[in-house]
Amino acid sequence: MGRYVGTSVKRVEDPRFIQGKGRYVANIQFPDMVHVAIKRSPEAHARITRIDTSAAAAMDGVVAVFTGQDFKDGGCGSLPCGWLVPDTKVPDRPIVVTDRVCHVGDSVAVVAARTPYIAADAVEAIEVDYEPLPTVVDARGAMDEGAPLVHAEIDDNVSYHWALGDQEACEKAFAEADEVVEVELVNQRLIPTAMEPRAAAAQWDAASEEMTVWTTSQNPHPIRLLLSAFTLGIPESKLRVISPDVGGGFGSKIFHYPEEVIVPWVAREIGRPARWVATRTESQMTDSQGRDHVTVARLAMTSDGTFTGLDVETWANQGAYLSTFAPLIPTALYITLLSGNYKMPGVFGKVHGTLTNTVPVDAYRGAGRPEAAYLVERLVDLAATRLGRDPLELRRHNAIPKDDFPYQTPVAFLYDSGDYDRLMATAADNADYAGMRAAQAEARAEGELRGVGVVCCIEASGPAPSAVAGSLGSAVGFWESGEVRVHPTGQVSVFTGSHAHGQGHETTLAQVVADELGVPIESVEVVHGDTGRVNFGMGTYGSRSACVGGSALVRSAEKVRAKVLEIGAHLLEAAEEDVVYDRETGRVHVKGSPESGKDFGELAFAAYTAHNLPEGMEPGLNFVSFYDPANFTFPASSHICEVEVCPDTWEVRILRYVAVDDVGKVINPMIVEGQIQGGIVQGVGQALTEIGSYSDDGQLLSGSLLEYAVPRADLLPGIEVDRIETPSPHNPLGVKGAGEMGTIAATPAVANAVLDALAPLGVTHIELPLTPERIWRAVQAAGNGA
Amino acid sequence: MFPSQFDYHRAASVAEAVELLSSLPDAKLVAGGHSLIPAMKLRAAQPAALVDIGRIPGLSDISSDGDSLVIGALATHTSVADAAAVRGGCPMLAETAAAIGDIQVRNRGTIGGSLAHADPGADYPAAMLALGAEVTAVGAGGERTIAASDFFVDILTTALADNEVITSVRVPCAAGGAYLKHRHPASSYAVVGVAACVGLDGGDVASCAIGINGVTGKAVLADAAAAALCGGPASADRIAAAAACVGDAFDEPLGDLYASGEFRAHLAGVYTKRALAVAAARAG
Repeated sequence: MGRYVGTSVKRVEDPRFIQGKGRYVANIQFPDMVHVAIKRSPEAHARITRIDTSAAAAMDGVVAVFTGQDFKDGGCGSLPCGWLVPDTKVPDRPIVVTDRVCHVGDSVAVVAARTPYIAADAVEAIEVDYEPLPTVVDARGAMDEGAPLVHAEIDDNVSYHWALGDQEACEKAFAEADEVVEVELVNQRLIPTAMEPRAAAAQWDAASEEMTVWTTSQNPHPIRLLLSAFTLGIPESKLRVISPDVGGGFGSKIFHYPEEVIVPWVAREIGRPARWVATRTESQMTDSQGRDHVTVARLAMTSDGTFTGLDVETWANQGAYLSTFAPLIPTALYITLLSGNYKMPGVFGKVHGTLTNTVPVDAYRGAGRPEAAYLVERLVDLAATRLGRDPLELRRHNAIPKDDFPYQTPVAFLYDSGDYDRLMATAADNADYAGMRAAQAEARAEGELRGVGVVCCIEASGPAPSAVAGSLGSAVGFWESGEVRVHPTGQVSVFTGSHAHGQGHETTLAQVVADELGVPIESVEVVHGDTGRVNFGMGTYGSRSACVGGSALVRSAEKVRAKVLEIGAHLLEAAEEDVVYDRETGRVHVKGSPESGKDFGELAFAAYTAHNLPEGMEPGLNFVSFYDPANFTFPASSHICEVEVCPDTWEVRILRYVAVDDVGKVINPMIVEGQIQGGIVQGVGQALTEIGSYSDDGQLLSGSLLEYAVPRADLLPGIEVDRIETPSPHNPLGVKGAGEMGTIAATPAVANAVLDALAPLGVTHIELPLTPERIWRAVQAAGNGA
Repeated sequence: MFPSQFDYHRAASVAEAVELLSSLPDAKLVAGGHSLIPAMKLRAAQPAALVDIGRIPGLSDISSDGDSLVIGALATHTSVADAAAVRGGCPMLAETAAAIGDIQVRNRGTIGGSLAHADPGADYPAAMLALGAEVTAVGAGGERTIAASDFFVDILTTALADNEVITSVRVPCAAGGAYLKHRHPASSYAVVGVAACVGLDGGDVASCAIGINGVTGKAVLADAAAAALCGGPASADRIAAAAACVGDAFDEPLGDLYASGEFRAHLAGVYTKRALAVAAARAG
């Protein structure tokens, strides 16, 4: 292609990050700024019988104390849900509760004070009397007869039921199956742990009645929309939302949170700038969490190992309220992925979204797709065991052949492109799969517990065709905007609606535009995360920034090129068809005579001087495009993991991790490799260490990083990353998205490896995470106690 | 993570620290601050005053007379792990110090602070018990020494009076020692930590001591297991048989989200076996 796309350009944002020069919300300072702190409920479900804020309000340095009633009376609306499947029951979610708390961490009262220390002291001085109510925390248990109700008006704790697939074909598959394997498993709750906790700051200009909100969001424009239309009520024209540098999101910073309303409301109310920064404890109990499914499923096959049907029923814990996109995750991002990479006519899945006295659950890296991949890939391994087949060979037997693309699954998606057999063959080669199996046999002969896990996984990324999203329940569109503004000097500012919170868009999107225009990458500046500078945008999640955000920029760059070409032809006094735009140099010249041409900078200048433009052409060189993707993109991966389980401490050691991913065309191989590696580590976390755990009375047992184990570097060996490329046929860059594939594949890869290691001991299933004690107990239960 | 308000006093001497602790209501001693400050930030601890002994001179020295080490209360875990006297005279103690927390904790945290805090998941207590260490403390009534076996009383509770300050720890040198731990994947505290000392006479085990932390509220000596190993060679079979007795040491094993008491007791057996084997090899 060009000079930059496809090469590992060093990240232009890194010098400021690694030198401590990043500008985060917590760095926003004003001389008279107040610090906001929030009184959190220690109860999972209770009626508030009394709140006494007088002691707090009387403290030296406390500027104001507010309760839920103040926010209600002050015009704050409840937090809306932006994705509603048919007949969704949406519980009311006030910014600050007035009479009842529904999960530990629910907002009860708000303090504004001169320092964060005084604010924290004042929060403690607020007296609240709670009358405890019965609690329910379990996704499936919430539907039990007589289960306590989280919200009285929702009389079965069910927010929605949803189903998709060919039920008839599914029933037929099971009726005619030679073999059926079944599993009941839990995709445990995970707590996103971004390095930077959430934060919000706000400044109100009483003269112009303009509000500026800084927030740690992955998508500032939708936050502005929700603030304006639902929660804060300030017109969008008077509301500027800025997401500056953001230290990681993993989905948890997509959603509209109460604090984004509280802080600007307080700033306007007291006439001083305000800032709130979450403590790590608050992050654990208020950031939307991930996963939390209970699933029963069965896979039907013929005696030759051909999959014919998959039948799935899932209970998805949505927490106490519906977070912004909560119903999307276990429906259109989960059931739709159940066909995996396999040709299977009879796929049918249904899900029950239930309400519990827990922190709301929403998208977390992978969002629905890891849950599907773990389920499908466990079932495939169980099938291989049942049939006495090699798990890799069985996967290759069932993989959708490369000539079948585009491939229509029975669960709505039309896979755009792929070559799953080559993917698996490459993984097998890189891992020396045969050698690995031979080494395993030798190790087993020595009594060692060695296992090999193989997966082939699918992802739907680059959401989404807006009309499709709308038909599935979305309240918004999922296009992206991209503006290419060429300045008179030929410098280029790129405005994208995508938002970078670690991904390196300031580098990759500059690579794309520099190549489209044929200008040096140093002359391209990428602007994002500010509704005051970027005209609109849907933000970054679902591995969409390259395929949707990047494509929008390509469209705008094409428009720039067309205008530059027209000006060039005019100035060269040649017909347009006689000149070319050289994308290596950015020059427009007469065909066959590169020396008689005009530089990009000259032509940009000419566009602005407008002294000599083609008849009727407007001056300037600035284009905006809104790109609505034609389809999702479908990255795929095959990962092979080799593990050893210690036969007395039952610790798992990963010996090798081999990943081959197909994320379509690659803009920056170094950044993609980093995304895949980081994703894998997060997936390994679900497999081995992480669990968000509640007691029956709704107390968060993993409420700090003393208990909640995020994976560390010593958990993994060097990850061997490779890739194949099947370009997406429907976007101009051919890209598919690289942010989540690693996470999706790693959890089942590790789980399959560990269960393969334990197979000689008769263990067939252990719930995640595979901690030493869980393995020990499973081995004992299988009658092989040690 | 904002602690509640507290007063801060910096003591220039141990005597001044004792005086401040005696006169100030609800005062806590702070040295490296790597247990107390996190607890204060979580508001699990809300002392009215801190008495900082971190800059008192002479309290961080490490010396050896050949038979035992004397380690100043303010010696950081890193300095204990790195000290030539410790590595040469008592490798197990260096191993224990190196296994504590993470590099930041080891660079700031002190041996006196760790012992006084007496966290059930701390690493030093098992080593102190197994080595037969003595804690020297100064209080209003003057200086006294407390045997490690008397020092640890219960969860986060020691034999120290409220106004007593640990000044040093005397640790007998022992070549045949080993400390092995099962690290909590989140906190890095010891889920189980086993400190084993083995002394050989000819081919037979003449002395043995096993300290275990992490399993119960306070670190304990596994006397039955230690006795089982004495009087014969440190063979794999005899080590395994001895390790199988560690369960006797635990009245009420503690459990948490990561590991139940039952599993901790299982791990204690495994790590005892391993630690004894390493200790015996070092002794020989």
